[in-house]
Amino acid sequence: MDYFLTEEQQMIREIAAKIATEKVRPVRAELDESEEFPWDIMKILAQSDLFGIYLPEEYGGSGGGVLENCLAIEEMGRACISVATTFAASGLGAYPILLYGSEEQKQKYLSPIASGEKLAAFGVTEANAGSDAGGIQSTAKRDGDHYVLNGTKQWITNAGEAEIYTVVAMTDRTKGARGASAFVVEKGDPGFSFGKKEKKMGLRASATRELLFNDCRIPADRLIGREGTGFIITMKTFDVSRPGIGALGVGLSQGALDISVEYARKRVQFGKPIIAFQAVQHMLADMATETEASRVLVYAAARYIDSGAKDISKISAISKLYPTDVAMRVTTNAVQVLGGYGYMRDYPVEKMMRDAKILQIYEGTNQIQRNIIGQELNKEYGRMKETFF
Amino acid sequence: MHIVVCIKQVPDAKNVRIDPETNTLVRQGVDSIVNPHDWYAVEAALLLRDEYGGKATVMTMGPPQAEEALRETLALGVDEAVLLSDRAFAGADTWATSLTLARAVEKLGPVDLVICGKQAIDGDTAQVGPGLAAHLDQPYTTYGRRLELVDGDQLRVERLTDFGYEVVQMALPAVVTVVREIGDPRMPGLKHKMRAKKLEIPTWGAADLDLNPEEVGLQGSFTQVVKVFSPPPRSDREMITGEVEEQAEKLFKLLRAGKVPGL
Repeated sequence: MDYFLTEEQQMIREIAAKIATEKVRPVRAELDESEEFPWDIMKILAQSDLFGIYLPEEYGGSGGGVLENCLAIEEMGRACISVATTFAASGLGAYPILLYGSEEQKQKYLSPIASGEKLAAFGVTEANAGSDAGGIQSTAKRDGDHYVLNGTKQWITNAGEAEIYTVVAMTDRTKGARGASAFVVEKGDPGFSFGKKEKKMGLRASATRELLFNDCRIPADRLIGREGTGFIITMKTFDVSRPGIGALGVGLSQGALDISVEYARKRVQFGKPIIAFQAVQHMLADMATETEASRVLVYAAARYIDSGAKDISKISAISKLYPTDVAMRVTTNAVQVLGGYGYMRDYPVEKMMRDAKILQIYEGTNQIQRNIIGQELNKEYGRMKETFF
Repeated sequence: MHIVVCIKQVPDAKNVRIDPETNTLVRQGVDSIVNPHDWYAVEAALLLRDEYGGKATVMTMGPPQAEEALRETLALGVDEAVLLSDRAFAGADTWATSLTLARAVEKLGPVDLVICGKQAIDGDTAQVGPGLAAHLDQPYTTYGRRLELVDGDQLRVERLTDFGYEVVQMALPAVVTVVREIGDPRMPGLKHKMRAKKLEIPTWGAADLDLNPEEVGLQGSFTQVVKVFSPPPRSDREMITGEVEEQAEKLFKLLRAGKVPGL
């Protein structure tokens, strides 16, 4: 397929694919086993200028957008979504600053993120607030020229490894979601520390920890946007980041399909390669079809967002929902195609299946995506005057 | 410092076939790649440049499409490139090749160091690096695994041997060939790749290098490939086992009896 990418987009894809094939694929099993944070690979991605592909040139990026980001994420995800998630999560931490930060904040924080010198992370989820961001209990109290943060963020990707954190805390609990505000917190700020590293089913090379705020004092100019805009900043951030999760799904599905087809062509049973059996052929055909459909969807959504369109919530949710459900199906079937080998940890597809599950959960569960899509449909059709009967 | 890296475009060994009739390489339909050993030369040059400053220039002699190989190395951050291409260069042996490369190094102005891969995977001669040094009348060291600038104008080379390494120090300007132990070549970067796409690469022919047609290519070559053939299978071998003294004893007897296989 030719997706009519620009020369620069093709280069991004080539570089990310080369790194994925030569530097990520050979170590993915080891990283999964050891749960080691992939710093070596992050350094390579930094040297190759990939951390800045979605950031404007004035902040050290190369001026691309969501599509450029998705292309790199997809290619890395084809080898390992733990590594690709680590990369993508830095972007998730950067987006609130890019979208709502002051010029000073952009200058200060986006440049080191674009160069890959520093990783970023985004912290919203808490013990009682995940899908329901309104349930956030962390607080930020104004104290002269400072804010004082208290509370605990949970399951934060890149926690402990990142230098720059964008977090959401309540500046006015009486206002519910409208009392939430977003802040930049730096590693090393007084009263800011990290909880234990989580043990996960998959995505094991990605660091997942708590952010602990214990009278954490930060200068008042760390507030992103205005007080009370934390919830909207979160929603708008997810609107631009979700196609990236879709891209992880596309890459993961493609990686599982690659192995499945190669295996089915070699594995001989009843005197022929199993790809000659219709039962297997049709499974592979469905896997390929759904993977390609996911890719088309992610690219189309990314291009629409990059066009500057405002009504992006629905397509963004769709571009996360479908490719990630597909990735779960495709990786499950990849294990099936490989049979006993697929279930063994000596082969890469069982890891892909374990990894796939997180895609249906993080950055808004797929049930939440369906909520968003449903609510948007209700709004869209409510505005229409015509009838379709 | 100014470092020049000489590279070669070679057929991709993964797809190479030998024509069983003629015993020659089938080059038709085979992709060209940068000689794998040359990537270490590129990496060695970039490591030195990054540490000591200056610039790295990559150079190759070959047909016009060899420019692609140059651009590939530019994507890693090499500063400049020169293509040596002329119909008259065709059919050059290692003498004519190294002479042509040497003239181009001279034309580039003061060059502190020329780095080559240890050998090319097609010809496998490992002669062009040393040949370059001879034509440039400069010292050279082969099989470098680590390069370090000392006292400003000396290169200290850790030179890989079968049993370890030697440390050799030579005065610059000089030529060095390097091995895989230099370190994995870095990955291409987006900014370098964008620049590589657009960078104007000068092409120099024999006239640009003040070389006469009889000094280059087939005409300037002292050697000629008369025949390419697959070596006959080795004759029977016998492994001598046992304690060292025992082995020596057995070998001595075989030698005395003139019964060493293959001799």
